[in-house]
This record gives sequence, structure tokens and C-alpha cells, in this order.
Amino acid sequence: MNAGGLIRDRVDFSILTRPIAEGISEMDLAIDGIDCAACMDDIEGAMARVPGVVKARLNLTLRRLTLSWRVAEVQPEMLIGVLQSKGYGAFPFDLQRSADADRQLMQFLLKCLAVAAFASMNIMLLSVSVWSSDLGDMNSETRDFFHWLSALIALPAAAYAGQPFFRSAIAALRQRSLNMDVPISLGVILALTMSVYETAHHAEHAYFDSAMMLLLFLLSGRVLDQMMRRRTRAAAANLTALRGEMAARFEPDGTFLLVPVSALRRNDIVLVRPGEAVPADGLVIAGSSQIDDSLITGETLPHAVKVDDELYAGSINLDGVLQVRVTAGAQGSLLDHMARLIDAASEARNHYQILADRASRIYAPLVHLTALLSFTGWMMAGASVHDALIIAISVLIITCPCALALAVPAVQVVASGALFRQGIYLNSGQALERLANVDWIVFDKTGTLTRPQPGLVNKAHIAAPLLDIAARLAQSSHHPLALALVQALPAARPLDQVEEVPGAGVRGIYKGVECRLGSAAFCDWTMTNHHEIEPGASVIYVRMGDEIAPLMLHQQLRPHAAQTIAQLKEMGFKLSILSGDRMEAVAPIAQALNIADWQAGLKPEDKIKALAALQARRQHVLMVGDGLNDAPALAAANASLSPISAVKLSQAQADAVFIDASLLPVAQALRLGRLARRLMQQNLILAVVYNAIAVPLAIMGEVTPLIAALAMSGSSVLVTLNALRAQTGMSEDIVKPAGTGHAFLRSAQG
Amino acid sequence: MNILVVLVPAALLLGLAGLAAFMWALRANQFDDVEGSAHRILSDDDLRFSDRHNEHK
Repeated sequence: MNAGGLIRDRVDFSILTRPIAEGISEMDLAIDGIDCAACMDDIEGAMARVPGVVKARLNLTLRRLTLSWRVAEVQPEMLIGVLQSKGYGAFPFDLQRSADADRQLMQFLLKCLAVAAFASMNIMLLSVSVWSSDLGDMNSETRDFFHWLSALIALPAAAYAGQPFFRSAIAALRQRSLNMDVPISLGVILALTMSVYETAHHAEHAYFDSAMMLLLFLLSGRVLDQMMRRRTRAAAANLTALRGEMAARFEPDGTFLLVPVSALRRNDIVLVRPGEAVPADGLVIAGSSQIDDSLITGETLPHAVKVDDELYAGSINLDGVLQVRVTAGAQGSLLDHMARLIDAASEARNHYQILADRASRIYAPLVHLTALLSFTGWMMAGASVHDALIIAISVLIITCPCALALAVPAVQVVASGALFRQGIYLNSGQALERLANVDWIVFDKTGTLTRPQPGLVNKAHIAAPLLDIAARLAQSSHHPLALALVQALPAARPLDQVEEVPGAGVRGIYKGVECRLGSAAFCDWTMTNHHEIEPGASVIYVRMGDEIAPLMLHQQLRPHAAQTIAQLKEMGFKLSILSGDRMEAVAPIAQALNIADWQAGLKPEDKIKALAALQARRQHVLMVGDGLNDAPALAAANASLSPISAVKLSQAQADAVFIDASLLPVAQALRLGRLARRLMQQNLILAVVYNAIAVPLAIMGEVTPLIAALAMSGSSVLVTLNALRAQTGMSEDIVKPAGTGHAFLRSAQG
Repeated sequence: MNILVVLVPAALLLGLAGLAAFMWALRANQFDDVEGSAHRILSDDDLRFSDRHNEHK
């Protein structure tokens, strides 16, 4: 958590580096603080000047730096130090295997798209010649030659580019269900087969171009969808890496080494110093301390721990030094309990059917039925089998859900892009729809409605020189309250000579006078002074010469919290607070925000029950929470949001994560969710209207390949253009305080 | 019209060449950092590391 500490202690990043050649290692770093292209030169230039660096290449899109260096000449922590001195946050990045699979899927889809684009362009070239020669200046040999050439291109291209659809269709059929890919695959295969048959019989029309164009449009949708997912995941992974979670692990020789948290194994012994977060679940084996569990249980009052007490990852150690034996994965631990609750809770959510699935479930059988009916209809009307079959197949081609398949993903891509630019990262495309359906919002209190760190509440009552000295002393302390004080009183320069007294405070000399910041005893505070201590506040004291003042730090609302709550009420949402904290801590917050419906002292089970009660009243519930105790509730709610300061488990359950320190993203996400749903519905209607016009034509047997091509591309373009409105619709109501996102990220790093 | 027998396959071959170029670019990770590459062309700092290699020789 602490940059200064990182450089002084011995650090071991070996788990995140990989040897690439004799004596040369490589690693990937997530970089924070890049705001323009010039940063690229700056970073790569700085790295190049360090002797021993072999290669430094920054990926500006993903904000990641790949570094390789000669092991004998330079250490990775030194390189990180150089970057930090230039003002960039940097932390080694654990390239996960899932990211690799993502990449491969993207490459595969792009290859399919390229093949489909190549084939459809060339076939279209041939087809246009055939269509424009309808006046009769092309003889039938030339036409056949063009058709055979088209077949030569289309058949192998469709076999390759159609793979994503064929595979998914087969998978669906194996489970005896229909998805959108079944009519797509069927349409493409039938169109190609019929065209080959027609070509062999010297017919006038072939549908190779329709089949390839269909694949091209559908693949564009898939590629966009995958691109959005990859970008969102990369950004979220960067943020996680930049938290720079390190643990001080004891080595067999008795010294300790800073290692990334992912390197910790069961039974490792770690040292947790004051102000540090507990890196992994474990048992205290030495020392005693006060622990702030607010991220785990929502309880804001610290509690004492001693030897043999259990600790959970994410708790903050306040004053003593603890030695902890890592027990992660042990049965019956809090995390296990949470995991079981989450499993049970998320089952309920899986019942929700997304719009696209509902549409395809109705649409796919309808398409097949229409094709079948037009076949039998024409047979009964006395047409030949050949003619009836051609008409049935053209019905199938024209109804192939080209626009329908683009309708939803196109909106998802544009809308999630708009959210992304405002620092809201969606975990899945479906999240938008779930957000749109919400009508009741449940907030957690600690860390969600309030800031993750307490704020100074009696600033107005303290003399300016004392306040100034407190701010400067706080810069030199690692205590969480001092860190909170630095946040509350920024832009102070630390004093030159400062000494930290463990468990008491910091002291230094300013203009020949001794100054202290710390506990009551450390500053000789007596109750004779007439300041009143606010209930529920944490107090530290500042002393300069004979002057003493208490600094009261109290939970503080997130910026724009009241404004956001007012906006949400205006939008017609019902609100409530479910907190794990004490009654006395929740009541003032509920009152300040004017939320009448609140409950305090809830266990995770109680939160789920409260949500279930709301859901039983047919309310769609959005849960906004950050703590470990919220994770099951986040999974159980119809939709969920987490701030970036949330514990990992909660973030994994949330539909979206926002990085802003203010609460405004909650309103923004909901607004965009509604807009997105409206656009999706419009798109679906557009697609249906298109079918309502085109299908009767097809049933009457009037659809030539030319009409099919025009209708198909026309409807797809229309749907895509409509989706783009999600972007303009969103830019109207951006109410974003400048720079808060970055500032918060920095503060999270310490 | 017989010229078509030559021209159309020629056009196809050119298209195939384009497709092959795209496939190569994809395999060579040319699309990994679209944003960065746009700016990289303006700086000649790509010589940084090759300079160092010459010094060592």
C-alpha cells in the first residue's frame, strides 16, 4: 500500500517475472498516470536510460509496459522506483491464462471476419455484374462462369468464417434447445446448397452473396462484442494490479521479504505492520492490535485482536505489529461461508432471461414455421417442388435474423463504451438490461454511501497553525488515521526531522518547538479542555508547544451523495439502506440522505433475506455495496454495482464497477441502462418491421438476390445507426467533477 | 468477353494477397496497440535500444 516502504524493504517480484533468455528477465507492468501520447516517449526514454534495460515497450491502448532487463545489472523494484519518481504509478502485472484465451478468441473472430469480408466483397463484385446485365448483354455461359466462381469463393469461406455460428448451433441442438445461431446456420447452409444446385442447372439467380453478407454482418457484431469485453477486463485488471498489494513474508533465515500477495501460500508467516491491510486470511501467532474490519463486516468501530484470533484479508491493522500464519482455503472460514451464500444466491439471478434470448426463443421457431408454411402453401397452390423449395429457402434467408442479431450487441457495445469513458466498467453486456429493469435500490453504508476513509469533521474549530502542523506531521506517519488526515488536509510539506513512535504517534521539531501528533497520552491530553468529542468519531491529538487540540475523524459521505440520492428519487426509484454497522452509525447517514427505510447490524444472511423480501414483492432490486459482507447480497440482487475500493470478491459479483470517488456513477449507470434498453427495444422493433415488409415479398416469391442484399444491409445499417444514439444520449448528461477518478486511484495506492 | 477469364482471377488473386497481408498482421500482433502505433511513427526514439547494442559491440 505504501510506495516509500516498498523501496526501502527487500522486495521479491520473482513470481511475476519470467526468464526469456540467458540472464534476461521480462515482466508486464500496469501503468497509472498516462494522460497523453507524450507519456509514451517519457516512460520508454526513462527506461532506456537505466543501464541493464534491454527492452521497454508501452502499450498505450492497454496502459501496460513490457520490460526486459539483464538480471545481473538491475532489479525490477529499482525500475518501478524510477517510474514512480517520474510520477507514474507502476505495478507488476499477473498475466492470467483467461486473458490469453480471450486474446485467442479475438484473433479467431478477426480471422473469420477477414475471410468473410474478402469473400463477400469479391462475390458482390461478380453478383453486381450479373444483376446489371439483366438487360440481356451477358450470355448464359458468362453468367454460369460467374456463378461457379462465386461458389468457389463462397463455399470454403463460409466453411471457415461460419465456424463460430455452426459450433454454437450444434452445442444448442445437443442440449435440445434453439438459439439464434440455429436459424443462422441453417439459413447459410441452405442458401449455399440451393445456389450450387441452381448454378448446376443454369438458373438465373444464385444466393452466394446473401449468405456471405449475412456472415459478414453477424461476425462484425461478434467482434465488437468481444472487443468491448476485452477492453473492460483489461482495464479492471490494471486497476487491481495498481493497488499493489504486497505482503511482508518471513523467510527461513528470519528476515522478511516483500512479495506480491499472489505469491503467498498456506502456512506462510507474514508480518502486518500498523496501517497495512491484512494480505490473506490467517491466524494471529504473535502480537496484538486494533483491527478495522469495516471492509469485511461494515462495522466502523475497531476491535482488538490477540494471539489465536482469526483475521480476514482486507482488514486494516491499526496500531500493533502482528505476525499472521496464512490459512487461506481453510474449511469453515468466512470466505467459504460467503462463497456458499453466493452460490445459492446467484442461482436465482440466472433465471433472468435477457432480451435477446427471449426474442430468439420466439423468433427461431417462427422463422422455421413460416418457411415450412410457405413451402406447403405453394405446393398446394400447384407449384413444382423445385419452385416451392426455392421460395421456402428465400423466406429463410430473408428472415435470417441479421438485424435482429445486431440489434442488441450493437447497443451494448456503444453503451458500455460510453460508460467506460466515465469510469464505469461493466462485467457483462447483460448488465445493462438488468440495470434498466431496476426499481428499488439498496445501498450498503460503509464504503459505499460513505468514503472508504474517515474525514476531519471539526476543522473549523482548530487554530490554523495547529491544523497546518497536524497536516505536515501526518505526512510522515503510516497510521490509517494519519493517512485519512493527509486526505482531508492535502498539499502540506512534511517536516524535515520526524520520528515515529510505534503505537503512540509522530513527533518533530518546527521552528524550535516540539510538535506531536498521536494518541491522547502521547500528547498529554487532559479532560480539562472544553472540547466535546463527537460520539462515534475517532480522535487523534495534535500538540505544538503547550497548545493541544483534538482532531475528530468521522465517516463522511461520498462526494455528491446527497445530490445522487435526490436524482435517484426524482427518477422514481425507491431507496433503502442495509448496513452491517451499528445503529448509531447508520441513523445519521440515513437522516442526512433523507432515506426513511434503513436497517442496521445486519449479517450477510440478513441482507439476502431483506432482498428476497423485496423481490417477493415483485421489485427488481439493485444492490450497491463494497464489503465482503455485501458479496452474497450483490450476487442475489437483480443487478449490482461496486466502487473500485471494494474487496475483490464483491467486485467479481457486481455487474459493474465504478472508479469515481463520488456516488454519481450510480445514477449515470441507471440512466444509461434505461436508455440502452429503450434503444434495444427500438432495434428489435425495427428488425421486426423489416421482416414484416420483406417476408410477404419472399412468400410471394418476389425476392431476387438483389432485393435480399439491399434489404439485409439496409436493415443492419439502420439498426447500427440507431445504436450509436446511446453515445450522444449519454454525453448530454455528463455531470462529472474533473479529475476525481485519478485522485481517488492515487489515494487508494497510499 | 474472353478477357474475363484472365481478369477475374487476377482480381481475386489481388484480393487474396490483401487477405494474406491481414492474416500476417494479425499473427504479428500489429493490432495489439492501435493507439500507441499512431504516435510511435512520429518519434525516432525506436533507435534507443539499437544504439546501445552498437556500443556493446
